[in-house]
Amino acid sequence: MNLSKRWIHDYVNLDVTDKEFAAALTLSGSKVEGYETEGEELSNIVVARIESLEKHPDSDHLWICQVNVGAEENLQIVTGAQNLKEGDYVPAALDNSVVAGGKKIKKGKLRGVESAGMLCSLGELGLTVNDFPYAIEDGIFVLGEDCDLTLGTDIREATGFNDVVTEFEITSNRPDCLSVIGLARETAVTYGMDFVEPTPVVEPGEGDVNDLLKVSIEAPELCYRYVGAVVKNVKIEPSPRWMRERLRASGVRPINNIVDITNFVMLEYGQPMHAFDLRYLEGNEVIVRNAKQGEKITTLDGVERELSEEMLVIADAKKPVAVAGVMGGEYSGIMDDTNTIVFESACFNGPSIRMTAKKLGMRTEASSRFDKQLDPKGCRTILDRALQLVQQLGAGEVVNGAVDCDCSGKSDFTLPFEPEWVNNFIGINVSADEQKKILERLGCKVENGVITVPSFRGDLLHKADISEEIARFYGYDNIPDRQLAGVATAQYTPEQKFERLINTTMLACGLSELCTFSFISPKSYDKICLPADSAKRNCVVISNPLGEDTSVMRTTMLPSMLETLARNYNNRNAKAYLYELGKEYIWKGADELPEEPQMLCLGMYGAECSFFTIKGIVEELLYKLGVEDYDVEAVTDNPSYHPGRTAVISKDGKVIGTLGEIHPQVLGNYGIGVKAYAAEISFNACFELSQLKRTYKQLPKFPALTRDLAFVCKKSEPVLMLEKTIAQAVGKNLESIELFDVYEGSQIPEGMKSVAFNLKLRAADRTMTDEEADSAMKKAVKALEKIGISLRS
Amino acid sequence: MKDQLKAIQAEALQAVAAAQSNADLEALRVKYLGKKGEVTAILKQMGKLSAEERPVVGQLANEVRQTIEVQLEEKVGQIKAEALKAQLISETLDVTMPGEKATLGHRHPLSIVLDEVKEIFLGMGFEVATGPEVEWDYYNFEALNIPKEHPARDTQDTFYITENMLLRTQTSPVQIRVMENKKPPIRVIAPGSVFRSDAVDSTHSPFFHQIEGLVVDKGITMADLKGCLFDFAKRLYGEDTKIRLRPHHFPFTEPSCEIDVTCFRCGGKGCPFCKGEGFVEILGGGMVHPQVLKNGGVDPEVYSGFAFGVGLERLTLFRFNIDDMRLLFENDMRFLGQF
Repeated sequence: MNLSKRWIHDYVNLDVTDKEFAAALTLSGSKVEGYETEGEELSNIVVARIESLEKHPDSDHLWICQVNVGAEENLQIVTGAQNLKEGDYVPAALDNSVVAGGKKIKKGKLRGVESAGMLCSLGELGLTVNDFPYAIEDGIFVLGEDCDLTLGTDIREATGFNDVVTEFEITSNRPDCLSVIGLARETAVTYGMDFVEPTPVVEPGEGDVNDLLKVSIEAPELCYRYVGAVVKNVKIEPSPRWMRERLRASGVRPINNIVDITNFVMLEYGQPMHAFDLRYLEGNEVIVRNAKQGEKITTLDGVERELSEEMLVIADAKKPVAVAGVMGGEYSGIMDDTNTIVFESACFNGPSIRMTAKKLGMRTEASSRFDKQLDPKGCRTILDRALQLVQQLGAGEVVNGAVDCDCSGKSDFTLPFEPEWVNNFIGINVSADEQKKILERLGCKVENGVITVPSFRGDLLHKADISEEIARFYGYDNIPDRQLAGVATAQYTPEQKFERLINTTMLACGLSELCTFSFISPKSYDKICLPADSAKRNCVVISNPLGEDTSVMRTTMLPSMLETLARNYNNRNAKAYLYELGKEYIWKGADELPEEPQMLCLGMYGAECSFFTIKGIVEELLYKLGVEDYDVEAVTDNPSYHPGRTAVISKDGKVIGTLGEIHPQVLGNYGIGVKAYAAEISFNACFELSQLKRTYKQLPKFPALTRDLAFVCKKSEPVLMLEKTIAQAVGKNLESIELFDVYEGSQIPEGMKSVAFNLKLRAADRTMTDEEADSAMKKAVKALEKIGISLRS
Repeated sequence: MKDQLKAIQAEALQAVAAAQSNADLEALRVKYLGKKGEVTAILKQMGKLSAEERPVVGQLANEVRQTIEVQLEEKVGQIKAEALKAQLISETLDVTMPGEKATLGHRHPLSIVLDEVKEIFLGMGFEVATGPEVEWDYYNFEALNIPKEHPARDTQDTFYITENMLLRTQTSPVQIRVMENKKPPIRVIAPGSVFRSDAVDSTHSPFFHQIEGLVVDKGITMADLKGCLFDFAKRLYGEDTKIRLRPHHFPFTEPSCEIDVTCFRCGGKGCPFCKGEGFVEILGGGMVHPQVLKNGGVDPEVYSGFAFGVGLERLTLFRFNIDDMRLLFENDMRFLGQF
């Protein structure tokens, strides 16, 4: 909302700087985004009169003008314009002046003739023919009588191009503030002044409107009130300067008196109006009704639009002439030969307007005001204001009366006046009198403990709303700050502590944390090679996505990770060790919210990175999380991973996660030119399996014995199986078993491998003897021999 | 014999002084003090002396022995010290050479700031609550005083899953969920991801994070909101930070406000960053609308509350002087490695 300073000064008497005004209104609730002065960049351009002009001797188009700028001596200025004559008043940019666009003007010579400056066109002042319709676009701006013609006057002052425009950001609950009167009222209350809204007065005219116009509302639930008036013998011409400049400052282009009046009133009161040409209203009738299914209308912008039944139209006896509250039809507008017009001042159902505008894809100035639910009570006043302006401008003859169809049935809304409650709720102490005064200035009536809310304040519905009115005019700044009372104890939940443990462990393992979008492209599932019937393709689908790229909620975090790895690879980062603790989204049907399990995804590539790097990190993580004694099994059929380099980790039948090398085909799909590794770990599984209550084990009192054992087994035999068999055979005195070598090659038969372990044996209560150790080793060897694995000789 | 001893002493001391290495010293020890050494040899001849001379010479011999020993020890220490000195010199490094890269990972900047915010509120007695990201229209809108066709829905372009299911556009639905599950007094923050149909650019993202706050108790007033957020601002930006409340509108709070803090670039003097205001907006909040309390099952005649919301991205961009929000979600190691 752009507010003209000139215009608001018509209503409130203010003597503050623009900056103070902006700050005060912002702090009382009408947020100022900024303000600027029109024509600010112009300087040293003054009103001049052409005293004489003669042709330039060396040019067929230049003129040498002697101009009077109110100084003792005339100035000589050369111009190329052809529209000047003696006695014309023109803007003269003098030596060292600045015209629109920041261009500097200095005196100089034009084809050998001295020129003390430049005569300006509208464009050079930053104006258009809409601002001064009697001027021409390409030629010097010859000032008319609506300008101050005192010679030497600054051109901005002379033309009124020096208003200050303040831009407000008005919240959606205050459509009344999208108007000059609304903001004037806010301003008055902010500065503690009384505000009286003027009542427009229409002089009696001729005839009776009921003879010329019939109005009926067939859809009272969508149109609360429709008031129509008729103006005959309309004289279409430009509106006067004071109206044009107020429109310009508000960001609206002046067009002609009738259109300008409707816009002016809209800006003044916040409610859009419409003017129809009576010629095109068949049957001289306005019917406010639902559109018929498939009914068509060509709107003012020349587009044919198909309507549906839930939309509201303004129709005549035969056809729709406007999409109610959104846009008029092509013949509904005002033309140069228009003779009789119908003014419409109506109030529609806000949500319906909003829906219609959205469906037709045409959010207009009118619709964006109507959709905030305007006040049916204002319709008549607003219409009267328009008629008053018609009379004031001499734009036509107002026919007596107005056709008023009022279905609003809206009675006064009241709330209890509870100053004590307000004080307690806000934490202030403002007297009842003071509160009453604020409310009355806002337009409320306060009597006998009851507040009657003005009809234009549809947002005041509860005593809490009243408290805000008191608080903002008392001043949020004046509310004290109080420390929260009560005992402040809070702690993280076990899950939150577990999250923190995951994060610290991942960081300590050298992985950096990611943050990626939760929605992905459904094509990602192809990129990670999920089969067409994979359950993971059944995802939460966004019905109105921004684009395909972000159209489904991920059921796996792998694509986000791979995309990030690819981006890092493409950006030539030599290595990337990454993790993300995020959510996956599992569709449960339309009647249930999706499951949102938390997952930990690891991803890495780099010269020193191998399957065992990521496995080592996962092992370290699980140890820190208190998840131990889990099973690791090779997985050959996970389509996203290398069939020979992938493991699934589980415990008690519960899957903890998958880790492995990314399948070369998947790497190719993502354009990753190096081996990459990933792991997907279930937060929930880890959390449920976690045993974080560690107990201290006494440091050993007796020495340990170590033994090395090497076995020869089939290449496919998992090392973990050997390890577990040995551990079981040796029993409780086995302190640790560590794999230290796996060898294939000469001395080992084809298809076999040698696996070597280092065992540390210790008894808790005595020094173990060599004999004991040897006998334990024999047990281990025997146990493996039982399953066909022999000691390496 | 006395003369002999004195001669030996003089000779030995000279030799010790001239010795270059531990080996030299050991050889000298053997030569003079060893079993077959010169001093020992003298002592062995003591038997030949008279009874009067014996103790005198004996004492002298012991003195000589001791003197040599002390000198030897001293010299050993000296050589050791010199050797150490030489070693240290030889081990001198160019300490300006870079250290070996430690392999710690980097926390995401959003998490760094979130952790800080969580710690602050935890210290003020706020628990951390969560809620679903795919949410019912009821929790995201209806229960928060935003019925269908409410104009406020226009400003929050929503991703819908079904007519009634959506991606939450704000963390505020957690307010309702917390109230449904917990009796007052309530003091929680609820950080989390939110979604709005905004195209990606340097200041917008369809996926971002908010931190919601909710306090419900008997006698909570706007003065509590102000005090609480003033405390938060001071803990986040320093003791000198001031806050400014501006009236605003949110359907689920009444009165509502936007909260500005002293511009952390200029300290409030006014600069291009704060557009000369001296303040920067970081929060929105207000008193929980009585209808919202009711929707959460809390009696507004008994309890009152305040709520607020912070944009985590905004805090993070400010904190690290990051000028493009996209960097946060691109996760380039060159970016992540800076935190």
